Amino acid sequence: MSERRDLELIAELVPSGSRVLDLGCGTGELLAHLRAKRACSGYGIEIADGNVLQCMQRGVDVIQLNLEEGLALFDDMSFDVVLQLDTLQHLRNTERMLRETARVGRIGIVSFPNFGHWPNRVSVARGRMPVTRTLPYQWYDTPNIRVGTFADFEVLARRNGLHILDAFGLHNGTQVRRWPNLRASVAVFKFERGGAAGA
Amino acid sequence: MHSIGIVHPQSRHFGQPLPLRSGATLAGYTLVYETYGALNADASNAVLVCHALNASHHVAGHYEADPRNEGWWDNLVGPGKPLDTDRFFVIGVNNPGSCFGSTGPMHANPANGQPYGADFPVVTVEDWVDAQARLMDALGIRRLAAVIGGSLGGMQALAWTLRHPQRVRHCIAVASAPNLSAQNIAFNEVARRAIITDPDFHGGHYYSHGVVPARGLRVARMIGHITYLSDDSMEAKFGRGLRNGGLGYTTQDIDFQIESYLRYQGDKFSEYFDANTYLLITRALDYFDPAAAHGGDLSAAFAPARSNHFLIVSFTTDWRFAPARSREIVKALVDNRVAVNYAEIDAPHGHDAFLLDDPRYHGVLRSYFERVANEAAA
Repeated sequence: MSERRDLELIAELVPSGSRVLDLGCGTGELLAHLRAKRACSGYGIEIADGNVLQCMQRGVDVIQLNLEEGLALFDDMSFDVVLQLDTLQHLRNTERMLRETARVGRIGIVSFPNFGHWPNRVSVARGRMPVTRTLPYQWYDTPNIRVGTFADFEVLARRNGLHILDAFGLHNGTQVRRWPNLRASVAVFKFERGGAAGA
Repeated sequence: MHSIGIVHPQSRHFGQPLPLRSGATLAGYTLVYETYGALNADASNAVLVCHALNASHHVAGHYEADPRNEGWWDNLVGPGKPLDTDRFFVIGVNNPGSCFGSTGPMHANPANGQPYGADFPVVTVEDWVDAQARLMDALGIRRLAAVIGGSLGGMQALAWTLRHPQRVRHCIAVASAPNLSAQNIAFNEVARRAIITDPDFHGGHYYSHGVVPARGLRVARMIGHITYLSDDSMEAKFGRGLRNGGLGYTTQDIDFQIESYLRYQGDKFSEYFDANTYLLITRALDYFDPAAAHGGDLSAAFAPARSNHFLIVSFTTDWRFAPARSREIVKALVDNRVAVNYAEIDAPHGHDAFLLDDPRYHGVLRSYFERVANEAAA
């Protein structure tokens, strides 16, 4: 249930009628929602055959690409919103992808598991890597090759000249705006490319 | 899921000359075609299947008198198949210049009553699409639900959205390209030279000599065939396998299985395919380049297709029409904000994969046609 609610909370960040690029769109659930409820258009990008097929079955326009190869297909500022939800932590070249997101979209929205969430900290303090609902994997089989915290992302965004428009945490289907780095299992950032600071 | 069964080719004569891109015209001409399934009341469920180099209007099913002659895309087209003839009215048409019944080089040139031979006008992908559009007129189809093709057929599908964008909703281009690379043209040129330098070619007027340039055609087919397969699939199928168990220490006889295979393919091909047609069709491939009229800007070329929907499919091991070429098409469509889907199928079979029934590939086509069907019904 909370996943559905998370999706809705993120969808609310997307202005109605936006042209959207959803990087790592999975089965196309969010795009279908944005199209139906917020009159959005655009494409999903996905690498996995099974997900591509499900997008097509849903009627979501999907382009099969490996995000590690960058977004050369897309011109600067060619989308109102570029989404990168629960994807960033799987990419080798996280920083480049973040820059690409800011290049292609007027607005970027990212979400990722917040490693700073307090149960994770407790687990690490006890000497073990956390295994939670948001981070359900063992350290040796996790697809999350990048683990970062809410606060870490703020630093990375600043480093890349991104201007944060909104940021909050998500936990159990609710927004966490107070101490999100400690209290939220998921971090959400909405940003745009800054002025002269852009790399 | 079974074959559509016995099918019957039909033909229609068009008295009005067809203006060609070259500036020439094709005088009255005949198109041979087949249809499968039923056209619905508002003629909104028609799907045109465009053929590639060596195929024809015979897309699915078989002929009563020739049950082994199965349509070239029978695994895709039929009742319950991805392109479901229970829902769609599917049309296959033989392009002018080909050698399977539509007006071609072996037919009489009305100017002199002799076979056209080398005088058959050079036809382009765009000319074919215009001829196909006239057939759609004749069949009462104002707007196709979809046009689909692989390889050169994919180029025709793309050209439909550029020349007649209002007459087609969905375009499905499989293992295709926005134009041929120098390497691709080079392969075609080798094939053409093999044919033209065959002593039996007689400048293209071999019909009156009672011969065919079969040697040239064989070599043309052999080189073509190599480019349709991937290195891996050839290795897996033949490797260094020997036909007689050991080396024959001969330079002219067959030692390796691959040699035997290519010669067999060449022999078979030279028995049914026309040499002038081979020249014409490879030229149509060479000339296709919609970006050329826009200073090389493919995105500008696709501007007319803004309201069409696309599915572009490529295969990872296809080096003749590589995925990068399909991505160029996708980029041009994205630049125009066109609704496009792109699937890159990880199949081992090279260019030939578009004719095979890889489950991921057919899964994608099935779900896309599902969408086309639902729209046509709405």
